[in-house]
Amino acid sequence: MTSPSAVALSFETEFRALGARKRLVSLAYGALFLLALGLSTWVGEFDPLKLLRSLPRIHEYAVKTMPTLSMATLWHDLNEWFYAPGKWLTLLWETILIAYTATLLGTVGALALCFHAAQNLRRGTVSYWLVRRIFEVARTIPDLVYALIFVFAFGIGPLAGILAIAVHTMGGSGKLFAETVENIDMKPVEGLRATGANWLQMVRYAVLPQVLPNFATFTLWRFEINVRTASVIGFVGAGGIGQELYTAIRMLYYEDISALLLLLVVTVMLIDVGCEKLRHGMIGKEH
Amino acid sequence: MRELISDIDAAAIADTRARYPLAFAAPLPVRLGRWGAWLAFVVFTAYCFWTFEVSPVRLWAGSGKLMEVASHLFPPTVGEAFNDYLWALLQTIAMAFIGTVIASVLALPLGLLCARNVLPVRIAQFLFRRTSDTLRGIDQVIWALIFVRAVGLGPLAGILAIIISDTGTLAKLYSEAIENAEKKPVDGIRACGGNALQTIRFGILPQVLPLMLSNALYMFESNTRSATILGIVGAGGIGFYLADRIRTMLWEEASFIMIMILVAVYLIDWLSKLVRRRLIGAAPDTAGGLH
Repeated sequence: MTSPSAVALSFETEFRALGARKRLVSLAYGALFLLALGLSTWVGEFDPLKLLRSLPRIHEYAVKTMPTLSMATLWHDLNEWFYAPGKWLTLLWETILIAYTATLLGTVGALALCFHAAQNLRRGTVSYWLVRRIFEVARTIPDLVYALIFVFAFGIGPLAGILAIAVHTMGGSGKLFAETVENIDMKPVEGLRATGANWLQMVRYAVLPQVLPNFATFTLWRFEINVRTASVIGFVGAGGIGQELYTAIRMLYYEDISALLLLLVVTVMLIDVGCEKLRHGMIGKEH
Repeated sequence: MRELISDIDAAAIADTRARYPLAFAAPLPVRLGRWGAWLAFVVFTAYCFWTFEVSPVRLWAGSGKLMEVASHLFPPTVGEAFNDYLWALLQTIAMAFIGTVIASVLALPLGLLCARNVLPVRIAQFLFRRTSDTLRGIDQVIWALIFVRAVGLGPLAGILAIIISDTGTLAKLYSEAIENAEKKPVDGIRACGGNALQTIRFGILPQVLPLMLSNALYMFESNTRSATILGIVGAGGIGFYLADRIRTMLWEEASFIMIMILVAVYLIDWLSKLVRRRLIGAAPDTAGGLH
């Protein structure tokens, strides 16, 4: 039998060896990280000094966008700042409608396809593979690129933007929907199969009730994202407030920039809060 | 005695229906509410379609043109600028990497200040939260366009855009993680006489660091996707070439660039998943799939 001190000694050496190995691994990871950072700095033409030198210019830009407001003539100054409220609010409303319509169309597409892309419900290898690839391409190509293509095909205007965001939404939501479906309880599915239900009936009565609350949450959250996206598709001529913003930024209408951004941020915040409320309402119902 | 299915006749059903009406249908006000909601939904949607002139004729005409584009997308052709494309693609990834690294560092103090259990001053918390909301509420592309005007064309504008918008997003995620942290270690450090900084360093950070790393890695993935479009407004990376090839209708080359982007995104996703598993075990996705 080994003496206690020998046990302690062997423990000590083992512990030290483990510690040394762990330090080595951490060191290797740290080195790898630094290497990646160095490479990125080179490829990305990133110069911290240049960044520092650009800070005063950014500050100057930010100061210029600030409106001149004085307490004495506040109402007049505000009117000057938001000189086109009707036009901007209309564009903002259009932006929200674009996001809504696109979310709706994209979600319908995702809903129609997602059950084919779920491992546990798939109807055939070909459709499973095809739908997965469709989702991947739809969400990996950026929405602004779709917008560029659709502006070419459907002409300048909101329709191109709606379709672009819808395609992207279909890909993103479709993936999440399929993952949700893969995590369902399979017992109701087996039950319905046993009664001789066909595939569509099985999806409707065994799967949909389980996943609908999750789908609704994802969709609300997607709508929030799409409002943000809808605010930039105007950059390539696909409708919404983006066109106005693009002009303001390119032409250096400084005060317009801050006014439009303020409107946009407030809108986005209100929508986020509203969606949050709806989501909590739905989750409350579920439990 | 148990009833058999065959024993149930129309009268029995009618009888049950009379006794338990709620088992067969929701009460009238609820049903009316549901119909109202559906009606509102349909009317609103119809209004949207009408506003945007979504008509079968327009869709048909557009899809005709789209088919034409699709036929031109094949076969993808490299053209003469493969090296430029590859460099721009690497630049996109580099931008995403640098941006995420800096943002994940900057987001740490902001995230701490946004967390209820670190800074229990309502008004300060409100201000810091609105700051991070503002950074997050403005799309990355808008930031990129602004920085292009402020610091000039090139990847620096893109990196700045990524830093700004990601600092907002990560600060929110961090503050949520911090608020969900176990309180006991914090109490322990405080009881030992640790000051605020020591409490954060030894009580909170060890708990939330893996989650933060996971979030940062996730943002890196997300950024490689979003950084591909920053070039459209001149903020560096592959987006410049892609937008240019689409605008000049060089579809074969555009599709080649798109395939390059697809491959790069797959590789980055795979790599990030690998690192995440190594670093924090098989932790579930905390941030959900933004894309």
